[in-house]
Amino acid sequence: MKLPIYMDNHATTPLDPRVLDAMMPYLKEDFGNAASRNHVFGWKAEAAVEAARKQVALLIGADPKEIVFTSGATESDNLAIKGVIDFYRGKGDHIVTLKTEHKAVLDSCKRLERARQERIDELKVLRLGELAGRDVTVEEIPTLEIKHDLENDAQFQRWVSKVQAGARVTYLDVKKDGMVDLEQLKAAITDKTVLVSIMLANNEIGTVQPVNEIGAICRERGVLFHCDAVQGLGKVPFDVTASKADLVSITAHKMYGPKGVGALYVRRKPRVRIAPIIDGGGHERGMRSGTLNVASIVGFGKAAELARAEMPEEARKLEKLRGRLLDGLKKKLDMLVVNGSWEHRLPGNLNVSFAYVEGEALMMAIKDVAVSSGSACTSASLEPSYVLRACGVDEDMAHSSIRFGLGRFNTEEEVDYVIDLMARSVSRLRDMSPLYEMAKEGIDLKSIAWTAH
Amino acid sequence: MAYSDKVIEHYENPKNVGTLDKEDPNVGTGLVGAPACGDVMRLQLKISDEGVIQDAKFKTFGCGSAIASSSLVTEWVKGKTVDEAATITNKEIAKELSLPPVKIHCSVLAEDAIKAAIEDFKKKKAARGK
Ligand SMILES: Cc1ncc(COP(=O)(O)O)c(C=O)c1O
Repeated sequence: MKLPIYMDNHATTPLDPRVLDAMMPYLKEDFGNAASRNHVFGWKAEAAVEAARKQVALLIGADPKEIVFTSGATESDNLAIKGVIDFYRGKGDHIVTLKTEHKAVLDSCKRLERARQERIDELKVLRLGELAGRDVTVEEIPTLEIKHDLENDAQFQRWVSKVQAGARVTYLDVKKDGMVDLEQLKAAITDKTVLVSIMLANNEIGTVQPVNEIGAICRERGVLFHCDAVQGLGKVPFDVTASKADLVSITAHKMYGPKGVGALYVRRKPRVRIAPIIDGGGHERGMRSGTLNVASIVGFGKAAELARAEMPEEARKLEKLRGRLLDGLKKKLDMLVVNGSWEHRLPGNLNVSFAYVEGEALMMAIKDVAVSSGSACTSASLEPSYVLRACGVDEDMAHSSIRFGLGRFNTEEEVDYVIDLMARSVSRLRDMSPLYEMAKEGIDLKSIAWTAH
Repeated sequence: MAYSDKVIEHYENPKNVGTLDKEDPNVGTGLVGAPACGDVMRLQLKISDEGVIQDAKFKTFGCGSAIASSSLVTEWVKGKTVDEAATITNKEIAKELSLPPVKIHCSVLAEDAIKAAIEDFKKKKAARGK
């Protein structure tokens, strides 16, 4: 067994050697531009891209013409959300999504909200200027809008109804196990809703959403369904026909392919339209300009083919390894809590809070093992994981969480090593933890007036 | 994030981890921070009637830098008088451990812990004096 051990397969996965083999010729002699129509270099590249397009399409049961290659799922999420809002503006401008979505989805939504708010503020300045009979600044809005009762100003409200910028967004809570509440989803869809964006599987707690039910609701209500399927593909069954998904984000590097390449599935029947966010040579049927990254696309195709072929067996293996990991940890440690649904979960995901131990300190102790933590100390924002918080996990338990992401290349031997190392490290840190001592003495930690800082 | 060698040394071989009898009239206990913020430090000082710190023990729930900060101050305060210990600042702690800006709060907490422990001791003494 080699150290360090990689158990962070939700962050990225290693390149499968078979994928690298498939890519190599396109990094060397077959370097052509797939858009070169007049010589053999171009034809070879184009043929390779089209073969990969088929492989990716097959993984999700799509037609190859429905696959748009991108630089990865961040771009795919941006393109789906901003592209739909831009194209369907005449129909509506409301999006429904989950609080536990990936930042690529949430921050795209936030930018659209901001764009709409900025436009409204401009209109407020104009209208308040008219009403006050003088120039008005943005800073004056809060006081003046009350004074002039903008909320009931017919002229202003007429203007707002014509705003053609950004979007309105509803961020749905999830249940304690991380699952979407389908009744809440139904209730959130209005006649202005054009898009529902809900992921297949969560990148922190591995929760697998009921995408087929979500798709059925969206189809019935006449709204588009975007699904960020990044974490679930090749791990759990997913199909664009069963899920009725209209747009699907995919990335290669979470399924043993290269980084920097992904795709957006865009449904053709019934036809879904998006406005591009990158302008240029009109590649990918005008939806995504830019010279195709041929070698990476070939690798992506190969990775998709392998994921499809090996999923059933690999899922069984991962589930077994994960069971071994949890059982082993439970045998050696008390007071650990699994975060997220156990039943609806990616086979390789285990997210556990080790009570009374801080996540970053724990990661420091197991520095030969690569995992992640929801602790604030490991994030740039100094806030503990927003996903765990959305599931109602207490902040202290969020700080104590570790995410294990098992993957294709992990072994039983590695799992056993990790169990042992975790048990020793958690015990050592608990011996150092005042909270553990207090809990053992029967003190209710919630009864203490802590000095928040 | 990369840790400084001193943080790693204190984290791997923390000095003075443990518990003193908090009922002992010569022991002052400082408990600062909050679980929700991801760090809690408990610093205990055993202080002679002359006001000299004879022993120090800590327990900390927190990241490596928080553990290192607490370990460091237990070493620093031993042998000092209460008044001397009270002058230790977070800046000195942060400097000694080369803490990056995002970890400064760990050193602040350690300074607070010293002050809280001394405060507790003084309160006990005053109560005894009555
Ligand atoms: C759920 C989810 N969506 C989107 C992304 C972003 O994908 P990419 O790294 O290809 O931009 C990730 C990975 O970080 C993810 O886990």
